[in-house]
Amino acid sequence: MELQSLQAYWWLLVSVLGAILVFMLFVQGGQTMLLERKRFPGQLDAEIGSIGLKWELTFTTLVVFGGAFFASFPLFYSTSFGGAYWLWMAILFSFVLQAVSYEYRRKPGNLYGSRTYDVFLFINGSIGCILLGVAVGMLFFGGEFTIIKGNILDGASPVISRWAPTHGLEAIANWRNLLLGVTVLMLARTLAALYFLNNVRTNEEFNAINRRRVLVNGAIFVVFFLAFAAVLLTSSGLQSTADGSFVEVPYKYFMNLIEMPWVAVMFVVGVLAVLAGIAMGAFLPRYATKGIWAAGIGVVLVVLSLFFIAGYNDTAYYRSLIDPASSLTIANSSSTRFTLEVMSYVSILIPFVLWYIVVVWRKMNRPISEGK
Amino acid sequence: MDDLTGVVDWSRAQFALTAAYHWLFVPLTLGLGLIVAIMETIYYRTKSVRWLNITKFWMTLFGINFAIGVATGIILEFEFGTNWSNYSWFVGDIFGAPLAIEGIFAFFMEATFIAVMFFGWKKVSRGFHLASTWLTVIGATISALWILVANAWMQYPAGMEFDPVQMRNVMANFWAVIFSPMAVNKFLHTVTSAWALGGIFVVGVSAWLLLRKRNVDVAIDSIKIGGITALAGLILTMGTGHGSAVEVAKYQPMKLAAMEGLYDGSCGQSIVAFGILNPAKKPGNDEKPFLMEISIPKGLSMLVDFRNPDNFVPGINDLILGRELSIDGQEFHSVSYAERIDRGRTAQNALREFGVAHAAGDTAAMAAADAVLKANYDSFGFGYFDDPTEAVPPVGLTFYAFHIMVLGGGLLLLVVLISLWGAYRRRDWLEDCRWWQWVLMLMIPVVYICSQSGWVVAEVGRQPWIIQDIMPTKAAISSVSVASVQLTFWLFAIVFTALLAAEISIMVKQIKKWSKADYQSPNN
Repeated sequence: MELQSLQAYWWLLVSVLGAILVFMLFVQGGQTMLLERKRFPGQLDAEIGSIGLKWELTFTTLVVFGGAFFASFPLFYSTSFGGAYWLWMAILFSFVLQAVSYEYRRKPGNLYGSRTYDVFLFINGSIGCILLGVAVGMLFFGGEFTIIKGNILDGASPVISRWAPTHGLEAIANWRNLLLGVTVLMLARTLAALYFLNNVRTNEEFNAINRRRVLVNGAIFVVFFLAFAAVLLTSSGLQSTADGSFVEVPYKYFMNLIEMPWVAVMFVVGVLAVLAGIAMGAFLPRYATKGIWAAGIGVVLVVLSLFFIAGYNDTAYYRSLIDPASSLTIANSSSTRFTLEVMSYVSILIPFVLWYIVVVWRKMNRPISEGK
Repeated sequence: MDDLTGVVDWSRAQFALTAAYHWLFVPLTLGLGLIVAIMETIYYRTKSVRWLNITKFWMTLFGINFAIGVATGIILEFEFGTNWSNYSWFVGDIFGAPLAIEGIFAFFMEATFIAVMFFGWKKVSRGFHLASTWLTVIGATISALWILVANAWMQYPAGMEFDPVQMRNVMANFWAVIFSPMAVNKFLHTVTSAWALGGIFVVGVSAWLLLRKRNVDVAIDSIKIGGITALAGLILTMGTGHGSAVEVAKYQPMKLAAMEGLYDGSCGQSIVAFGILNPAKKPGNDEKPFLMEISIPKGLSMLVDFRNPDNFVPGINDLILGRELSIDGQEFHSVSYAERIDRGRTAQNALREFGVAHAAGDTAAMAAADAVLKANYDSFGFGYFDDPTEAVPPVGLTFYAFHIMVLGGGLLLLVVLISLWGAYRRRDWLEDCRWWQWVLMLMIPVVYICSQSGWVVAEVGRQPWIIQDIMPTKAAISSVSVASVQLTFWLFAIVFTALLAAEISIMVKQIKKWSKADYQSPNN
């Protein structure tokens, strides 16, 4: 395969991982509900029992997402992680707290009490979702960095990627990034409620709670998503030219949808599927258990289409706000043809990985019924 | 950027802190996982409720430990980006691939099957559950394989070439990366040492049961399985450790010299069995290297090449000066570190000239600069140094860590052999000898100290390099302030310590709880 095709292929794989990660954030969404006061007996255990079996897959997807980005687009890894230091550190801290909480929260001798671990899960669910949204928002709205590869030869100051002194805090303070962050959080909560409807069959009271959750969180999500879509599709973006320089293109992301109509179709179908999932969960009790699948497929399609308009069509997927020439595209930030090709052979086995995950899930995912 | 040295030191401290904590949990996952899988296999074959309960007991401890290992692991992966961003770019084309493959295959395997391992007892068949337990252990081991391939590559950068247009190293041979002799040895040495740690953990905890006279049969059976695993692990660790030493002698001779506190090498070089370093000794001065030492004649030469006990092993001063001795004692000159610094600077200047020529489209000048660069690239990293002594690792820490690891390993082997003898031949003695039970419990911190020491040797001993001879640690950093890294260092230190305390507390509670359990009862 040619280098360009391999770069596009690996952007596709990274996008797929990103899309699955956003879907799997229903675990985080569920964690934000653990501290709610109005509960019936056994509700907390039912919720924990449901999402507690899945947290590690979400966690793993995040790790693999990072690893795939490192391997296929190392200049992004180097620039974003080393630059937006505080953003990524805050995300990491929140996931460290999650990793132990499920295992430790009910164990005797956990030193800090179950409530502390539930608070940890809440922090991961809320802060983690918002900050991951902020990090993805930077794929559209950029960051304050420069890249000068020649710095590597300056022994006194060798760093090639340099960032604003705020090191990612400015990205968190950017209202457009935050808008996406809150959208992701509300989406995660909506998906969590849909997942509970599917996975926890304790009693009608719990179903009613979750239908109400779908309605409230889903409505807020739709408002935020529409606002984000409006901001995104009216934003300008950078396009790389044949000589490697960049030009600013008004309505770049909207134009990407027009110029890649198959992505536009994905986007629209995805949005409709998410809306259908919300409607099934909130208004159609008979189909409520199926809502997670409609919404889940929709989320994957929408997130894929967002990644595609961020990276394809010669778009700078990580624009520098202070030095446009430093902006990253999938062409100028990727690994070499050799490495991408080697990893592409490895990636052929991904369907096998997905297969055994599905097989095991089907065995383990029998709905939790009353008394369990 | 803030003070370069401060950022480098604090970034190193943060990575060391994370790696040290991570390595408290990972070897127990690998070793205890294997033991749990063996125990469950016994249960599968015998259908004994007792073995089911024994399996569940150790599996509970495995799960408590596994969670915190996952927590610290994610930090390590992302710290390559957050704190070592230059490194991530400079070798990301090579280094990223093992990490991605690790994620795709190992992490998903672990994450999927560990759920079955813990929550699937009543949801899947016994056979499927057993397979899941083994697949979790295999997944963890494959994960270790890929991360150790990546680590070994930093110590012996095989299968790559430098691309002056992109100003980075690129992969040229994938198989050379994953099957480098350093990678194979490092993987085997590390994983088998984890078996030893897991086995000794089981023996130590079982000794506590014996001390309290609770579930003595369970304790003896656990000592047998833990002891055999530890014995196999220790013997294999020693064998692969020798292989590692041979590789270090070939590719990282400065590390070997630091491990032995060897400043001036000789033919038929002795090995220090025990010694106290002279703090006043520095490269090039006339102080004695040791305040006291007990050495084995020709030991180091034999360690490097068993068939050639009169082999020359260079010391720190020899390597700096480029001094070598032939087998008959004749001195000859190899490349000194001062010359390597010159060559490194030549390579870096050639890269600058290549960049200028490339911008101007001058292909002839590009080719000329590229030829100079290639001829000197093996010393590229030395160009960052002003003085040859900058290429010397911290000798004291490397030396003591190495000797603690070796002496501790010998002690562990002796203790495990005696315990196995007791378990199989003198059970009454093992059940009643309280001081020996205390010794067995004491071996838990000893094996952890050995395990941590091994990583100190590997990582401190290779300083100042992040990629051997190609990139020093100080050129690999991110553009972050000292204060930022200090703050995250202390946050990590507090969080990890708090979680470690919780883990130990939970484990102690679980051990106490299970020590009183009825292992014949199906209701545990």
